[in-house]
Amino acid sequence: MSQHQPDMISTSTPERQPVVNDFSITFCTVNGSGSATSNLTVLRAIFKMGIPVSGKNIFPSNIQGLPTWYSIRVNKDGFTARVEKDDIIVAMNPATFIQDLDYVVPGGMVLYSDDIKLTPTRSDLTYYPMPVKQLIRSIDITPQLRDFVSNMIYVGVLAWLIGIDMEAIRAALEYHFKGRAKPVETNLAAIRVAYDWAAANLQENHTYRLQPMKATEGMILSDGNTAAALGAIYGGVQFVAWYPITPGSSLPEALIEYLPELRMNKETGEQNYMIVQAEDEIAAIGMLVGAGWGGLRAMTATAGPGLSLMTEYLGLAYFAEVPLVVWDVQRVGPSTGLPTRTAQGDLTGVYFMGHGDTNFIQLFPGNMNECFEFGWKAFDIAERLQMPVVVLSDLDLGMNQWMGQPFEYPDRPMDRGKVLWEGDLDLFEAKTGKKWGRYLDVDGDGIPYRTLPGNLNPRSAYFTRGTGHDEYARYSEDPEVWERNILRLAKKIQTAKSYMPGPVIQRMEQAQAGIIAVGSTDAAVQEARLKLADRGIKTDYMRIRGWPFTQEVDEFVRTHERIYVVEINRDGQLRQILMINYPEQASHFRKVARVNGLPLSARWIIDEILSQEEK
Amino acid sequence: MTTVDAQTGINKVGLSRADYKGLPSTLCQGCGHNAISNQIIAAMYELDVIPEKIVKFSGIGCSSKSPAYFLNRSFSFNGLHGRMPSMALGTLFADMTLKGIGVSGDGDTASIGLGQFKHLIRRNLPMVYIVENNGVYGLTKGQFSATAEKGLTLKHEGTNLFLPVDICLEALASNATFVARSFAGDPKQVKELIKAAISHRGVAVLDIISPCVTFNNKDDTIHSYVFGKEHEVRLHDLIFTPARDMLTIEDFAEGDTRDVELYDGSMITLHKLGTDYDPRDRQAAFKVLEEARVKRELLTGLIYVNPDEPSIFDLYKFPEKPFNRMTEQEIRPPSETIRMVNEWMFSA
Repeated sequence: MSQHQPDMISTSTPERQPVVNDFSITFCTVNGSGSATSNLTVLRAIFKMGIPVSGKNIFPSNIQGLPTWYSIRVNKDGFTARVEKDDIIVAMNPATFIQDLDYVVPGGMVLYSDDIKLTPTRSDLTYYPMPVKQLIRSIDITPQLRDFVSNMIYVGVLAWLIGIDMEAIRAALEYHFKGRAKPVETNLAAIRVAYDWAAANLQENHTYRLQPMKATEGMILSDGNTAAALGAIYGGVQFVAWYPITPGSSLPEALIEYLPELRMNKETGEQNYMIVQAEDEIAAIGMLVGAGWGGLRAMTATAGPGLSLMTEYLGLAYFAEVPLVVWDVQRVGPSTGLPTRTAQGDLTGVYFMGHGDTNFIQLFPGNMNECFEFGWKAFDIAERLQMPVVVLSDLDLGMNQWMGQPFEYPDRPMDRGKVLWEGDLDLFEAKTGKKWGRYLDVDGDGIPYRTLPGNLNPRSAYFTRGTGHDEYARYSEDPEVWERNILRLAKKIQTAKSYMPGPVIQRMEQAQAGIIAVGSTDAAVQEARLKLADRGIKTDYMRIRGWPFTQEVDEFVRTHERIYVVEINRDGQLRQILMINYPEQASHFRKVARVNGLPLSARWIIDEILSQEEK
Repeated sequence: MTTVDAQTGINKVGLSRADYKGLPSTLCQGCGHNAISNQIIAAMYELDVIPEKIVKFSGIGCSSKSPAYFLNRSFSFNGLHGRMPSMALGTLFADMTLKGIGVSGDGDTASIGLGQFKHLIRRNLPMVYIVENNGVYGLTKGQFSATAEKGLTLKHEGTNLFLPVDICLEALASNATFVARSFAGDPKQVKELIKAAISHRGVAVLDIISPCVTFNNKDDTIHSYVFGKEHEVRLHDLIFTPARDMLTIEDFAEGDTRDVELYDGSMITLHKLGTDYDPRDRQAAFKVLEEARVKRELLTGLIYVNPDEPSIFDLYKFPEKPFNRMTEQEIRPPSETIRMVNEWMFSA
């Protein structure tokens, strides 16, 4: 131990009441050092103890060597948004040690590796140097494994300090290592050594304590991308083409992991799906257009830069009326931006994507469960409307672990839309009295009937093109034909409203303002609303879940004179879209927007709204 | 060598030649592309192909318009410039019993679409990929393409300073399993190569020099009719025999031929001309292409074939039923599995 440490231990004020199940811990580590397993183990163990918990990984665009932070928030009331201060930090990275101290609340705790020889700058914190190297040497493992398990030392010390249940830790490790005994025991041994060392050498502090609850009973823990992939599997996804990009990649990678489990014939080894890692995003979306046109449930996942590349093909898919699903897991742009940080910066980009008059159905999942739900629902909407659907998730939702209710099996049969096979063509003609035409709107909803390649009826084939075409898919430059067709496409957007998920609206008695948000900011908005109400500002809250907006959205906008639009981007993009959709109520919308790469905190939202309310 | 009834003109699947036709062409009179469309019609008719089992794909350009001019009874997707290969891959997974015929041009393949072209070849998707190669952009009225020869002078563009991209070499370098070059002015060879290509289980690249009578047909330029007629050097004469016609094969004189058996048992018989060329020899393929370039010859014929390489469909185990005919019961996991999935999610 270095000289400064002994008198730094246990300087906390003994009269302080322990904080139970309401604090945050940040692990400050070096990317590529294997800390992710340790951090997830702590998160899962707390969850297993029945205590509401959330975790956020703030990581660099780097494989090894740059600083990474992982923040866990423990909150008995179930708040899961990011908080701006740390109660406890586990400082393992000398490069950020001094800076990391700045974020700790007065009276907070600092666990750190004793090979960090820097002098702490604050005397209002309690310091716990951990002899990581010395402890790890006392465990009987090969030197190669030492680096892997050395991060388990802080798990053990923390377990003793805040009271993480050892059985919960074991369950977390068994889950992580898929029940393989050897790594579970090796890691547990390191945790026990550290726990015992802490018990023997550290003075009890009890500033922050965990107490088992039953608040997570029956719940699950998943990241949004995994949830989306599983939802897509229950939506019958048949064709996936993708190109690696953060933070989209873990979605197709979850498909790669789970499709064989759920959709492969175990006896024959036959798979009724195909996954292609394409040469770029242009090819990935091209494959989807081909597959969607061929009648398959086709999807991809990407992020802003990939979506930019996909734009041309998406325009064709809109105009040629090809169903497909694109998950845009948003990160910070413009350009390459901050590839590993979260944002909601693609809202107007997607809204206006494509040249000419082009529209896309958009879905905004707000939590992990909705990622699952929209995973399957997006296919129903795409095939019903014969249109591309873009699902806008983000890095925070997609890549971080979230608590949620168990996934629910789809509550309705699949909607495969208007498809005619061999015998259906005669039925169509008997019923409508008209010769079938690919772009003929016989139902008045703007949606024509389509045939699929492989249909052996000699009248089923048609020529698909991105150029002007009439109801019978014939090339046409006729002004009337063009206008008729483009207006019919607009009608599909009107029709779409009855297939869209409506908003989630929460009201307060005598609310004086409204809040509108989409997506992952939900956690922070929920928390901000309750705390604003404590300060006398009552709000109604509408979380929009898709575009085109449904009637409930119209209603909310009309009935609230002052609406704060909360979002993670610079320009207030959701607000801009609302102003375009509701020009007469354009003055209702107030901007509460920022982008700095981090999820919004409730505190920032509260401060923003308070300052605008005072004006 | 066809099974068409000479009296009625009806082939084995009960169709006449008219059943393979498309709309009247809107390309220029004398365009090489029209000659190729006619040979596609003839090849499919003579091979008794059911038109509904073919899907046509194209990109953008004069060549890419041509799928409208053949096989009216086949589905067709005229997609984006240079991006046809990806689209074709997606569609052919919808029903793996379908055969794709892609028609592209030299701009569509060798300029904007070179990446997708090479990756399609790498994946060895079973389809015919025809490049109607005229060295010039027709639809935008006469700009240089990437296959234009160095020194070519065009009316509005001046002189091309750059060496051309050779589509056959690009295909070979990407491990293509079927590479042929032909000339729109040699319809018999075009037809036989199309027949062989459609029977190949993998990407079959046909680079067909197809003169642009409007913008690039000066007698001394390599993409012109006159140059082609005067400088075409056939590697061999070839005939294609479908598997079912093996007993009636009219062979060339013994000792002068080489046979290549394709995946489905059909046969390409190559009649020796000059040298005894073996199209299964990849190194020889590179060599003859280079020699032809140096000698400024239009070398035509089956340049390379490897019938043994698996196609993308052979690398996985798929059910026989087409994907696009699968029912909800087949593609949505049963409700009892949701419990297991929730357990995977570390349920508390």
